[in-house]
Amino acid sequence: MTDWIPALEARGFGLSYGSSRILEEISFTVPTGSVAAIIGPSGCGKSTFLRSVNRLNDLVPTTSYDGDLLIEGVSVFRPDTDLVDLRLQVGMVFQRPNPFPKSIYENVAYGPRLNRLGSRKDLPTLVERCLQRAALWDEVKDRLHESAMGLSGGQQQRLCIARALANEPQVLLMDEPCSALDPIATQRIEELIFELKQQYTIIIVTHNMQQAARVSDSTGFFESGRLIEYGPTEQIFTAPTQDRTEAYITGRFG
Amino acid sequence: MINSRRVRRWTSNLMVGVVGLTVLIGILPLFLILGTLVVKGAGSLNLAFFLETPAPVGETGGGVAHAIVGTLLIVAVACLMGLPIGLAAGIHAAEFPGTRLSRATRFLADVMNGTPSIVVGVFAWTWVVARQGHFSGLAGSVALALLMIPMVMRTTEELILLVPNALREAALALGYSRWRTSLTIVARTALPGLVTGSLLAVARIAGETAPLLFTALGSQFMRTDVTQPMSALPLAVFAYATGPYEEWHRLAWASALVLILLVLFLSLLTRLATRSRFGSHE
Ligand SMILES: Nc1ncnc2c1ncn2[C@@H]1O[C@H](COP(=O)(O)OP(=O)(O)OP(=O)(O)O)[C@@H](O)[C@H]1O
Ligand SMILES: [Mg+2]
Repeated sequence: MTDWIPALEARGFGLSYGSSRILEEISFTVPTGSVAAIIGPSGCGKSTFLRSVNRLNDLVPTTSYDGDLLIEGVSVFRPDTDLVDLRLQVGMVFQRPNPFPKSIYENVAYGPRLNRLGSRKDLPTLVERCLQRAALWDEVKDRLHESAMGLSGGQQQRLCIARALANEPQVLLMDEPCSALDPIATQRIEELIFELKQQYTIIIVTHNMQQAARVSDSTGFFESGRLIEYGPTEQIFTAPTQDRTEAYITGRFG
Repeated sequence: MINSRRVRRWTSNLMVGVVGLTVLIGILPLFLILGTLVVKGAGSLNLAFFLETPAPVGETGGGVAHAIVGTLLIVAVACLMGLPIGLAAGIHAAEFPGTRLSRATRFLADVMNGTPSIVVGVFAWTWVVARQGHFSGLAGSVALALLMIPMVMRTTEELILLVPNALREAALALGYSRWRTSLTIVARTALPGLVTGSLLAVARIAGETAPLLFTALGSQFMRTDVTQPMSALPLAVFAYATGPYEEWHRLAWASALVLILLVLFLSLLTRLATRSRFGSHE
C-alpha cells in the first residue's frame, strides 16, 4: 500500500479568509477512479474546500492556507505549480451556473480550443459528445449557435458540466451540480457520474442524502469547517461513528 | 387611512410634475442650441460646403472640407494613441485593483480628468510643437489623446468591474491564464459598453477647441500630412466666428452645425454598437 498514490489527498488542510477561520484540520484521501461525496450544513465550508483544490481561492486576496492538498501525490501549493496545468487537470462545475455570454457551441469548445486539446477538425465531435454526456444534446442540437444565456437555469448547469468535461480533467469537482435540475436530468447526471468514474475521480458536494448514497464510494461530513467523519459511503449512512453525523443524516440536525 | 392615501397620491403626482419640469428645463438648452444652429447655419450648407476649401477673402462660396478632413485625421490619430492606452489601463485597474500600479494610474487619471484642456494643450505644445519646431496636427492629436486616456480608462474600469466574478472564475477554472481571462472573457463580455464609452470619449474630444489652438493651429488649406499644421472644425468655427466678415460668420455657424451633426452621428453609432449579439450577462 505504500506506493499507492490517491487522486486527492488532504493533509491537515486549513484555510482562513483574513482573520476568519473557514477550514480546520481537514485530512482524507480519495482513491483514483472513485467518487467522494461531501455533505454538511450550509456555510460549513464545502465550496471553500473544493475551490481550494484548484486554487480558485487565490482570487480572494486575504486567503491563507496551511496544511497541504495533493493531486496525484503532488502538492497544489508548490511554488512552481502552474495554475493553468492544475486547472486543466482539475475541472470544476460551480454551485451556480455560470455560462459565458457566448453561443452554446462556443461555451463547450472554448476550453479545448484554447488549450489545444485535439485537432480543430474534431472539435464539433467533441462538443457533441460532451453535450450528450451532460444530457443536453437533444435540447440544444438545433440551436448550438444561439446564446447560452437563453437557456433555462437547469440547462445552463448542464452546459457548464459539458464545458468542464470538454477539458477532459483527471479530477472533477462538482459543487451541487444537480440543485437546479429536475429528477430526469438529475438521473442523467448521476448516470454520467457512474460512467465518468471509469476514467476520472469525482468529488461532489450535495445536499441530497439519497444522491450521496447513490453515487459515491466514500462520503465526508463537514461541519463548521471541520471534517467530522469520513469513510465508505455505506458505513457513513448505515453505521456512522459520530453522533453529529448520524444527527445530520437522519435529519435531527441542530 | 383614506385621507393618508389621498395625500400620498397627491404627493406622488406633485413629484412627477416637478421631475417632468426639471427634465424640460434640462433639455431646453439642447434644443435652443440645435435650433439656433439650424436656423443660422443650415442655409449655408450645400455640397460645396463639404467638398471645397475656403474661398479667398471677399468671395462668397467655398467650404470647410479642409477642416472636416483635419478633424477626422486628428481625432483618428488621437484614437490610435489614446484608446489602447486608456482601455489597457482601465482593464488593468479593474482586474488588479489592489496593486500599487493600478492605484497610481487611478489617481493620475483623476488628476488628468480634472485638468483644464487648455493646460493639456500647453503640455502638448512643449512636448511636440516646441521639439518639432512648428505646429502640427500630430501635436493636436497628442493633446486630444491625453484628454481621452483618463476618460476611457475610468469608464473602462467601471464597466469591467460590472462583469460578474462568476465568469472570471469559470474561465480560470477551465485553465485560462489571468490575462487571457481578462481579454477573452471579461473584456469581451463588457465589449458593448467599452465601445460606447470609447465613442462617447471620441465625441467629447472631437469638439475640443482650446488644446488645438496652439498645437494644430489651423490652416486654410487641405492637408493630409499630420506633421503639418492642420485645420479642424472647432478651429474653423473659432477662426470664422472671430473674423471681421459677415460671410465668415455665416461659415462659422455652418461649421458649428456640421460639428454638432458629426458628434450626433457618433452618438447614433454608439447606439447601434451597443446592440450586442448575445446580450450582457445580467
Ligand atoms: N470571499 C469570502 N470572504 C470571507 N468569507 C467567505 C468568503 N467566501 C465564503 N466565506 C465564508 O466561508 C464560509 C464557508 O462558505 P462556503 O461557501 O464554503 O459554504 P458551503 O458549505 O459551500 O455552503 P452552501 O452549502 O450554502 O453552499 C461561510 O461562512 C462564508 O460566509
Ligand atoms: Mg457551497
